[in-house]
Amino acid sequence: MKTVIIKYNAGNIQSVLYALERIGHTADVTDDHEQIRQADKVIFPGVGEASTAMNYLKSRKLDQIIVDLKQPVLGICLGMQLMCKYSEENNTDCLGIFDEKVSRFSPVNGVNKIPQIGWNTIEHLKSPLFNGIKESSYCYYVHSFYASLGEHTIATTHYGIGYSAALHRNNFYGVQFHPEKSAETGEQILKNFIAL
Amino acid sequence: MLTKRIIPCLDIKDGRTVKGVNFEQIRDAGDPVELASIYAKEGADELVFLDITATNEKRKTLSELVNKIAHQINIPFTVGGGINSVEDVQVLLKNGADKISVNTAAFKKPDLINELALEFGSQCVVLAIDTKQEADGKWYVYLNGGKVKTDTLCFDWAREAVDRGVGEILLTSMNNDGTKKGFALDITKQLAGSLPVPIIASGGAGSKEDFADVFQQAQADAALAASIFHFKEIAIPELKKYLSEQQIPVRL
Repeated sequence: MKTVIIKYNAGNIQSVLYALERIGHTADVTDDHEQIRQADKVIFPGVGEASTAMNYLKSRKLDQIIVDLKQPVLGICLGMQLMCKYSEENNTDCLGIFDEKVSRFSPVNGVNKIPQIGWNTIEHLKSPLFNGIKESSYCYYVHSFYASLGEHTIATTHYGIGYSAALHRNNFYGVQFHPEKSAETGEQILKNFIAL
Repeated sequence: MLTKRIIPCLDIKDGRTVKGVNFEQIRDAGDPVELASIYAKEGADELVFLDITATNEKRKTLSELVNKIAHQINIPFTVGGGINSVEDVQVLLKNGADKISVNTAAFKKPDLINELALEFGSQCVVLAIDTKQEADGKWYVYLNGGKVKTDTLCFDWAREAVDRGVGEILLTSMNNDGTKKGFALDITKQLAGSLPVPIIASGGAGSKEDFADVFQQAQADAALAASIFHFKEIAIPELKKYLSEQQIPVRL
């Protein structure tokens, strides 16, 4: 079992590696195309800004590598948003794996603190990614932009507006929250991903 | 629903946790990683580590400690104390800190906030403010761990810092700190009610009711405390159960 974490100009990559180590797995952090293609599992993490991250991925031709992957891929936070079609964050065209659109939280929906920082629920769970996880479990979120609800939604949550806490299409999975920082719930989700 | 956060704070000196009573009788309280693990298991929502040595020669000790914590702890944590450059922050984040907090250096050199927000994102930049209500009834900013008074009002500095890009404010009332008579509700409410970032209230926690008050009356997004957790006066599970019974959303 070989897991890789895609290395790019986004924060929080170490945290994902340490979380995997806590559940007894190792991973390589790499931007090497061949190593990514040959991995059994690929994690695409990220904390950062969408357009800067997309430009970086394109400059390293990682954008094409990611969309062509056939093994299970897990996008986390910005990683998940970049797997969507489009992000309002600096009008960025993203990877287009998920059809859902990424928008900014708005005071129009009664949200007066942006980013959302803290523990919120995951609801309407429908994926093996959530095996052993109870409805309305708490996960740790830090984000100003959210993916809409859509046909690829496999978990929802609510912050002023209902949106996708997790997405799934074919071999691609994405979670808006940070499983690497979500205590036992997050560790179970990472274990489930590794077991896919 | 987004929950209110309970945040134990650990003071760190030379890589060890210290406990003090009113800044005196500081004594060793053991391994910060062990204590942090216990808090995380008990249901703490985040942790704050405040390095009270924070001299240049101790920086390496701190970054090594941060790395150990990042390996062990499965919840987010913030590191603060003596941070005054992009390089300081880089080292801490690289070693696995989720957020950093700045205080005196940011006040003296406000562009630091813009630089940090641009480089690392607002979500990992916490502004710590130590504030004191003077005889004129107004809340002023204090620096250097509360030793140096400024003429700047707490609210004005907080608003400027938000405009410059801080993602959260850790607000400590010096009037309340150490009293165990409750948080400073008025200044907390003033910030929480009008600034578009989360406010972490600190200083004065003595009872479970104090936490309920700061969430319900002052609209704080999170509450931080040290001694009541260290001295086991209030256990985190018991506190969260109480808050839940008061219809305050918490992670149980």
